[in-house]
Amino acid sequence: MTSGTSDKSTHESAAFFWLPIWTLTLRELLRFFRQRTRVVGALGQPLIFWVLFGAGLRGSFQAPEWAPAEMTYQEYFFPGVTVMIVLFAAIFSTISIIEDRREGFLQGVLVAPVPRLALVLGKLTGGTLLALIQAALFLVIGPLLQFVGLAPSLGWQLSAGGWLAMIGFLTLVAFALTALGYSMAWSLDSTQGFHALMSVFLMPMWLLSGSFFPVPESGWLSWVMRLNPLTYGVAGLRRLMSPLLADAPVSASLPSLMSCLGATCVFCLVTVTLAGWLTHRRSVINVR
Amino acid sequence: MTAICIDDLTHAYGERQALCGVTFEIRRGEIFGVLGPNGGGKTTLFRVLSTLLPIQSGRVTVLGFDVAANSADIRRRIGVTFQAPSLDRRLTVRENLVHQGHLYGLSGRTLAARIDDRLARLGLSDRQHALVNSLSGGLQRRAEIAKGMLHDPELLLLDEPSTGLDPGARHDLWRYLLQLRDESGVTVVVTTHLMEEAEKCDRLGLLDRGKLVALGTPAELRAEIGGDCLTILADEPARLSQLIVGRFGIEPKLFGQSLRIEKARGHELLRDLVEAFPNEITSVSLGKPSLEDVFIAKTGHRFWDEDGAGVK
Repeated sequence: MTSGTSDKSTHESAAFFWLPIWTLTLRELLRFFRQRTRVVGALGQPLIFWVLFGAGLRGSFQAPEWAPAEMTYQEYFFPGVTVMIVLFAAIFSTISIIEDRREGFLQGVLVAPVPRLALVLGKLTGGTLLALIQAALFLVIGPLLQFVGLAPSLGWQLSAGGWLAMIGFLTLVAFALTALGYSMAWSLDSTQGFHALMSVFLMPMWLLSGSFFPVPESGWLSWVMRLNPLTYGVAGLRRLMSPLLADAPVSASLPSLMSCLGATCVFCLVTVTLAGWLTHRRSVINVR
Repeated sequence: MTAICIDDLTHAYGERQALCGVTFEIRRGEIFGVLGPNGGGKTTLFRVLSTLLPIQSGRVTVLGFDVAANSADIRRRIGVTFQAPSLDRRLTVRENLVHQGHLYGLSGRTLAARIDDRLARLGLSDRQHALVNSLSGGLQRRAEIAKGMLHDPELLLLDEPSTGLDPGARHDLWRYLLQLRDESGVTVVVTTHLMEEAEKCDRLGLLDRGKLVALGTPAELRAEIGGDCLTILADEPARLSQLIVGRFGIEPKLFGQSLRIEKARGHELLRDLVEAFPNEITSVSLGKPSLEDVFIAKTGHRFWDEDGAGVK
């Protein structure tokens, strides 16, 4: 092959790889912003959760050992709600795969000369961006609630670098969760099935990640927590969000930042590989 | 030149056999119709050709590429129009086409020009900024066809393209398909259950219960059953059938209340029949065989007989 044709084919394969990713991502964003109720629900629900649970559980909350004694439940819950936003955003953007399949849109993409990996990455990038946009809104609006008496002062003093690190880590968590949702949605033919999986699998995963309540350091629950990949997402975010916890001692419910980063990278790699593998198979599910 | 070569293709969904040992070729530059009743295997064949389904048994090449091994090469060269529109209903017509163009590696001015052209050809220019959701079924189908044509495919696959189109739009669609064939040499494969649509194809394959039962131009197919077709309505068709066998030595086929006879010089038989059984016959019609007659002759049952139990 001459260099001329190989240049051309590299150029062509770029067009057939990056352009589809871009267009699939853009479609996710367009669809999201056209559905106003989705925008309201995506942000309203976590805010309400945060304020209501914060008020309701304030009295019974006991800060875990690693936390400063004066930590309120709302402060404890803050990273957990952020992860919940990301989880729900991931769920709602991947549930659309089932709709795309039912409405026929997905067939149109599957017969196009799009590498399957580009299809997966397009969908995941779109879902991740949506999750980040929603989480960012919460990160801005949440702390502002202290001025109307609905939240405690979070005492944030993050540097620009701290913000970047946090957003970067959140992106990784969002990508992993979107890929997890994608893998679940790919093989399902009804949104009801997805809701069932969500209540028996995704919600417990979030509940037992240390987002909602401090998981005891011993007993079977602590083992579930240690094996739960989301634990490391929540803990990593906790360390990155609060300068006070950055150097807190390592424990089962608050692993070191490096273990959090490592575990989340593995989680991300596994779910993305799974999503890619499922999509790559040409099977009868393509035409359901 | 061969566009599609299907060799001993068999496909089953679990226990249900959708295609059994189908073998035929489609030539480049022809409009080929796959005609058959619903459930005959048309859609399965369409899905195999569009690279959506895996090949279970047999071999299929499209434009010289093996469907099992070179699906990427095929996907770039074919345009696919689905029965259920594959449009994103929450986007506008134009946004859908831009998206489609990007999936096929088109962008910028080339893409914009192509989109303008397709919109104009399919009469959608003034609706390009409407959400697909707000369009009528017919307009959605036109948008779907524009989508399938966007990247100038060498081969166009259309699954039941006339579904939901009014007669005027159907006419326009066919004029467009003929134009594609004549001016650009595009090969067009259409699945259909409409006889009048099948008549417009260059060649036809008749699929029934997963088997190819006939292949040829509409004229060839009609010529195969030969002569004329007599359709006789009677109050007691079974009795009349016996009378005809006794008197003329011809065995009519019985379908519900009607009898059917295929014969050369049918007008003479018509005259003799009416003279012989003036009281038994309610009405009788004489015609050249239609594609429906061909289907009946080849399969032994009526086209719309879903359970195939109409033959005695």
